[in-house]
Amino acid sequence: MTYIAKPKLHHPTLACNAIGYTRRDYEGKVSTLCAGCGHDSISAAIIQACWELDIEPHRVAKLSGIGCSSKTPDYFLGQSHGFNTVHGRMPSVLTGANLANRTLLYLGVSGDGDSASIGLGQFAHVMRRGVDMTYIVENNGVYGLTKGQFSATADPGSVSKKGVTNTDSPLDMVGMALMLGASFVARGFSGDKRQLVPLIKAAIAHKGAAFIDVISPCVAFNNHAGSTKSYEYVREHNEAVNRLDIMPARTEITVDYADGDTIEVEQHDGSVLRLHKLHTDYDAHDRVGAMNYLQAHQAKGEVVTGLLYVDPEARDLHAHLDTVDAPFNTLGERELCPGAAVLEKINKGLR
Amino acid sequence: MKPIEAVNDFVVKFANVNGSGSASANELFAKSILRMGVPVSPRNIFPSNIQGLPTWYEVRVTEAGHLGRRGGVDLMVAMNPQTWDADLAEIEPGGYLFYDSTRPLPAAKFRADISVLGMPLTEICNGTYDDPRQRQLFKNIIYVGALAALLQIDLAVIEALIAEQYKSKPKLLAPNVHALHLGHDYASQSLPAIGLGVRQADAVGGRIFIDGNSAAALGCVYGGASVCAWYPITPSSSLAEAFQKYCQKLRVDPDTGRNRYAIVQAEDEIASIGMVVGAGWNGARAFTATSGPGISLMNEFIGLAYFAEIPVTIIDVQRGGPSTGMPTRTQQSDLLACAHASHGDTKHVLLLPEDPHECFEFAATALDLADRLQTPVFLMTDLDIGMNQRLCAPFAWDDARRYDRGKVMTAEELDAGKDFGRYKDVDGDGIPWRTLPATHPTRGSYFTRGTSRDAYARYSERGPDYVYNMQRLLQKFDTARSLVPAPILRAAPRPTPHGAIFFGSTSPAMAEAIDALQADGIALDTLRVRAYPFPDAVRDFIAAHERVFIVEQNRDGQLRSLIVDAFGIDPAKLVPVLHYDGTPITARFIAGAIGKHAGAYGVTALHAGRVA
Ligand SMILES: Cc1ncc(C[n+]2csc(CCOP(=O)(O)OP(=O)(O)O)c2C)c(N)n1
Ligand code: SF4
Repeated sequence: MTYIAKPKLHHPTLACNAIGYTRRDYEGKVSTLCAGCGHDSISAAIIQACWELDIEPHRVAKLSGIGCSSKTPDYFLGQSHGFNTVHGRMPSVLTGANLANRTLLYLGVSGDGDSASIGLGQFAHVMRRGVDMTYIVENNGVYGLTKGQFSATADPGSVSKKGVTNTDSPLDMVGMALMLGASFVARGFSGDKRQLVPLIKAAIAHKGAAFIDVISPCVAFNNHAGSTKSYEYVREHNEAVNRLDIMPARTEITVDYADGDTIEVEQHDGSVLRLHKLHTDYDAHDRVGAMNYLQAHQAKGEVVTGLLYVDPEARDLHAHLDTVDAPFNTLGERELCPGAAVLEKINKGLR
Repeated sequence: MKPIEAVNDFVVKFANVNGSGSASANELFAKSILRMGVPVSPRNIFPSNIQGLPTWYEVRVTEAGHLGRRGGVDLMVAMNPQTWDADLAEIEPGGYLFYDSTRPLPAAKFRADISVLGMPLTEICNGTYDDPRQRQLFKNIIYVGALAALLQIDLAVIEALIAEQYKSKPKLLAPNVHALHLGHDYASQSLPAIGLGVRQADAVGGRIFIDGNSAAALGCVYGGASVCAWYPITPSSSLAEAFQKYCQKLRVDPDTGRNRYAIVQAEDEIASIGMVVGAGWNGARAFTATSGPGISLMNEFIGLAYFAEIPVTIIDVQRGGPSTGMPTRTQQSDLLACAHASHGDTKHVLLLPEDPHECFEFAATALDLADRLQTPVFLMTDLDIGMNQRLCAPFAWDDARRYDRGKVMTAEELDAGKDFGRYKDVDGDGIPWRTLPATHPTRGSYFTRGTSRDAYARYSERGPDYVYNMQRLLQKFDTARSLVPAPILRAAPRPTPHGAIFFGSTSPAMAEAIDALQADGIALDTLRVRAYPFPDAVRDFIAAHERVFIVEQNRDGQLRSLIVDAFGIDPAKLVPVLHYDGTPITARFIAGAIGKHAGAYGVTALHAGRVA
């Protein structure tokens, strides 16, 4: 993989937001993901959302774990500090960073392997602590970066690239986030920008733990049982294709459908995903109702998208810990060190 | 057998049942002697369980000020029938046994060469108190009263201590004083005088009495740590708890009543170090406290912090390993695991305090060094210093002291056009400059990752870029050598070809052993190592001696390995003296082991038993 700098020539007619930035100011390096990867659409949605919200790019701290999805923070908001941490443990690093400076906007980006498999514990605890952040899982049901193993969100019956059938039950990240106490819970689809951008904007505006599960098809390893259109199948049946890493370039899957509708979306491998978009009159303030709604549609084989739950009164970790307003990283000796006189008193008490 | 006679120089050991509430009574006993101006060195020896199992509290009374464990017991307070035989066996010939004689024991249960002091404690309690819990708790105070009579400890001193203890619970004051007198009166009237005694002295001076965990926690407060993330594990838990206690008192904004600290009890050690990494990356001083199993879990993050160059302070209160090992016993066996924590080529800075005073000082130093070096810094204490109160020099702080925040580039410097290459060695010390998130709208941002990169933090797997970084990290480690606390040399009164190197909690036992060896005609120069990487003085010390004993509390000679590796020294020159049964090393052990070796090398024969 190489480092590719994007040319920074701005066309004078490009539209500016309220703080004078063009959309280009929110871009990062050129993506090195497979052409057509859903993750790139999510990056584009993040760029759009931040631009529309007039966020100063450098005031965003973007943190991720390890995986294709976790590489994406390099591909947006080039002027902000990014941190590609270790596999599954981004939530703790984000928590610490947030404690050090509460005034930045924290964006956590993760994959379903990263958050639902190895990182399930940290995912749970960052939600229940109410860390103020926008946490996005780019959910493709597989491990992209390590080439096609199952993640914990994979459907039972899926067949991996290596021909293994998944027999485990899938974890539903949205249901978990609801249960764990996230104060903003949503699901989007990488191809539905019209829905995803407002969801990201709302999550950023939310003060507390905001979670968005974004279904994001993997071009390379989206294989399902019986699919004859899978890359693996094609490769196995085509002698001309060698065994090197050739990724099929595909066009991104996009959809556009109305609130309250259910549509079927064909994936790269020919399998079908049934998306159900929440209706505008859905009550997103009822955590238990959200759970029930989710489960009812799940039973019908539908994946509900939209803003499922929000607690507008949410309190974040800093509120729980009753910390001062000033960022900790600006406090100096005067605020932190009790001084020699106090120490002398402490000494006295220890004799 | 002639009964032992000793004033201000003996060992008392309390054998109790865990959960019987004896801890505070035993501490009261130790403190009362301290208040009489006689140094004491107590040690908790406790099981890894909450209730029922045996627990001991060993108090060394030592006007000479020897704070290490001596070995042997002069007066055993045997309150646990479960451990009777073992406790009895530990008493020195001519020593004393104090026990609850409510149910008389046959003569076969005693030894002929000791003096037995029986007191019907249960009977006295049952006759005085109705409540079973009171019977239990006051029994402890009653035996303290009896011991005060036997050892001639001033009752007024104990009363004053009780008054301090129950300042906020005045209702408990009178009953405790009453129980104290009950014991004192009984012993004065019904027990024979013994040969051990405490006499008012002036040997404590201005020293303070505190455990290492509290001291390190206070050091973190003074050193400016604002984020603490931890996960409970013996023997480090009390460190985070002490940090909480001190912060509640010392770190609250007086105007708003809000906190200038954040303490998170994480879900595990991986999360606790992760939070410290996040806070360190974002410019706040942060630390975690743990023990061996926690270090094992933290390894991946430690490697990230090392390679991505993030300030991290880790306090490792060592206990017996490997695995769960001996969770409530002491050891110095995490040295290698910490010095090279995580995969790949890593080297980490270790600080090695000898007592609570240095726990305080080095905790603040660790926070400074982590920022200066942008790397993990380990404060390596152990259960022996961490969980036992030790007499030590009072804490000191210079109000003119400024935190060393290291090389953090500001917006002004970036505006002034200063070249910012996150991993560039501009100053030749291997330490690059960093920027904190949100420093500048257009300059100085970079991407932090655990993967290889070039000097400008751009992802790169090019060999030369990788080698540049790895070499720079070595250079940085070499810079650390001149920044860490220097070793302390104690020269023998006459030139000697023998030296000894040791570190940490071995210190007081070592000092006593050297004195004893000297009295037996064996002179030793000693060097107390206080940090890794080792300053050159360590190599010079070894070069200046024919033979150097390396005294440490682990099986494999871990300090020795680090020294051999650091300087390429011929291992044959370094004689390991190893103690690792989980109990704190004793002067007797050190003098005996070195004496035996020295004998083999043709040095004057000695009598290890001379150690007091
Ligand atoms: C401790 C550890 N174990 C395993 C890996 C290897 N690894 C890298 S990415 C990954 C899975 C990524 O899957 P996911 O989070 O779903 O992201 P995707 O690539 O599908 O976007 C794994 C197992 C690692 N980097 N670290
Ligand atoms: S392997 Fe899958 S997840 Fe990874 S970049 Fe390619 S399409 Fe995206």
